[in-house]
Amino acid sequence: MFKKFVLASAVVAATGMAQAQEVKVGVVLPYTGIGAEFAQQIDRGMELYLKLNADKVKPYTMKLIKRDAKNPGGADAKVAVQELLTQDKVDVLAGWVYSPNAIASAPIVAAGNKLSVLMNAGTAHITNMAPQYVRTAFSMWHSGYAMGEAAARQLKAKTAVVGYTDFPPGKDSLAAFKKGFEASGGKVIDEIPMGGAGAVPDMTPFFQRAKDKKPDVFYVFVPAGDHAAAAVKTYGALGMKAAGIKLIGPGDITQDTKLQAMGPAAVGLITMHHYNADLQNAENKRFVAAWKKEYGAESTPDFMAVGGYDGMAAIVHAAQATKGKMDTAAALASLKGWKFASPRGPIMIDPQTRDIVMNEYLSEVVMKDGKLAQKVIGKIDAVKDECKAQKIGPCAPK
Amino acid sequence: MTTLGSAPTAAPAAHGTPAVDHPAAHALARRHRLRWWEPLPWILALAFYFTFPNYLGFGTELLITILFALSLDLALGYAGIITLGHAAFFGVGAYTVGLLAFHGLWNEPISSLMLAAIVAGIVGVVSGLVLLRTQGLTLLMLTLCTMALLEEGANMAHDLTGGFDGLPSLPIPPLFGFFEFNPLFANTQYLYALAVLLVCFVYVRTLVYSPFGQSLTGIRENILRMHAVGSPVRARLVTCYTISAAIAGVAGGLWAQTNAYVNLGSLGLDRAATILIVLILGGHGRLYGAFVGAVAYAVLSHFLARIYPTAWQLGLGLALVIIALFARNGILGVAAALGRRLGIGRATP
Repeated sequence: MFKKFVLASAVVAATGMAQAQEVKVGVVLPYTGIGAEFAQQIDRGMELYLKLNADKVKPYTMKLIKRDAKNPGGADAKVAVQELLTQDKVDVLAGWVYSPNAIASAPIVAAGNKLSVLMNAGTAHITNMAPQYVRTAFSMWHSGYAMGEAAARQLKAKTAVVGYTDFPPGKDSLAAFKKGFEASGGKVIDEIPMGGAGAVPDMTPFFQRAKDKKPDVFYVFVPAGDHAAAAVKTYGALGMKAAGIKLIGPGDITQDTKLQAMGPAAVGLITMHHYNADLQNAENKRFVAAWKKEYGAESTPDFMAVGGYDGMAAIVHAAQATKGKMDTAAALASLKGWKFASPRGPIMIDPQTRDIVMNEYLSEVVMKDGKLAQKVIGKIDAVKDECKAQKIGPCAPK
Repeated sequence: MTTLGSAPTAAPAAHGTPAVDHPAAHALARRHRLRWWEPLPWILALAFYFTFPNYLGFGTELLITILFALSLDLALGYAGIITLGHAAFFGVGAYTVGLLAFHGLWNEPISSLMLAAIVAGIVGVVSGLVLLRTQGLTLLMLTLCTMALLEEGANMAHDLTGGFDGLPSLPIPPLFGFFEFNPLFANTQYLYALAVLLVCFVYVRTLVYSPFGQSLTGIRENILRMHAVGSPVRARLVTCYTISAAIAGVAGGLWAQTNAYVNLGSLGLDRAATILIVLILGGHGRLYGAFVGAVAYAVLSHFLARIYPTAWQLGLGLALVIIALFARNGILGVAAALGRRLGIGRATP
């Protein structure tokens, strides 16, 4: 009897301790469907952080409870978030690839009142929708606005034509570039919608229209992957480079995982982004080396992986700051103004907007050892989300 | 498909013996009566409410899927209108509720649902008048195109509809000014969806057992013969399509209200194809096929996805292949065949 009692109390004590030590992280990512590739990047980024920084996580353990967000429809992600909160009783929520899912989840996140880390979802105003949202990814304005400024100042462009895929990130990117470019003295002389995100259109008419306007630069936003490859090829085929028109864009079009597939036509492409796998800093070298060791030499991390890596770093920081309790107010407070040496360079969470502040790198695609690589040709330090800084449209606080 | 000459099994004994004691007449007179098991789904749904309070968000989605599948059953299962674009009406209903609430025009839940039904019905009658002149593959493609047009329209009217990102945080007031829609605990949403489903189901059940419903079955089974007996085939089809569209609109409106959110996902091919799979899985033209199919599909996909977030579609796909190979008439079709073999119950068409 006594033995039983001792055993029972030992079990109770052990589970009690385990609860104090264990932080439950609910992860909502599109593990299936067209977003599966992105989810894998983020998932690997998170796991890699935990693996490389075991000493920083101790004495706590991060228990990842992974749920499939399935599609950008909102409803499935919402049900997943709801069940993570009410059934699994998670301490933190993380993930979100598609912006619509983060937008749909906002009321539940606000009602559930748990720290929620956005690892991709880039529509600028999302962080305004729930006070628990913290973003370790980016907003479309980070790269777009910075590219606008750099195009006018560094590339000395006077005129630009913008071609964009006609969906919210494209429109966001267009608005951001235009604002940055015109604030620095340039002028956008044409805006060309280039079809939807669902299928790759024939780019020739759009690029011909851009060529006829004879701008100094042609700013293109298209989704990563096949769209980007088609854009780069069309640019080469129409001889726009010879006509003196530079092709520029945000780093989405030179996503590391898709870069090699673009072929030699991509050489000379100039992009602005917060991350590429070729960044030369100590953290990134360690990160990329560990990635290749873990997931194969042919595999490469991209900006989504870094969003997951930094997001997990933020969660671990909050766990340490709250002694594993993950009390929401304290966890949020600990992340406001939090600084971290990320593979993308130094980052900080803006205490006012809970959005990321980070460097933006101007890169040129070059051929190096028979492979395409990105060479940094300029850098802007500590870039904020200009949409919220300038209170544009829905980015203005309610 | 029966040929022109042979009499369909369920056809009333209009020729031959008009006697009232003919077995077919008996079957016909009895077929609309309530069977002993028919309250079961509703008892189960209520039991679910009390046993699984943490699954009500999932439960609400499930009830809405059933309602949507029921609307498709009316068009596809009863009238034989082959459509791959039924999500168009779901989306129209959802956007009707969403736009009115988002722009601060009207958001009372029940009247909003009625408006959703009316608008979806109007879209149904207008598109039906054109589309239902065609049949088979042409009809399939045209319904798909209608949906694609609406989807692209909603995408392009970004300022009005929010485009790809949708209309967020719809202000839906409490039901009857009292029962609040809590985003975290979906108790109100669940019971509300259940009540709406019950009302729509009773309506559809009455409809399919009415002479109008019988004529729809006739059109599905043998359209030439229905023309020959002087049935107004096109008018019947358009009416059925419109009613089906209106119910799909109610399902969409309900979806928008319980999620407080609308986006392009409400009228995409994904949703249209899924609902077709759900109906075929359960068994079309059987009223309860929508229930069985939706439960089977949702439970399979939901729990497989929880266990294997990256590979659940493999399990679901295998299950669907097996059902397609061995159960052509869906789960209920197999159940009915088993029942016949064991001698329980009479074959119902």
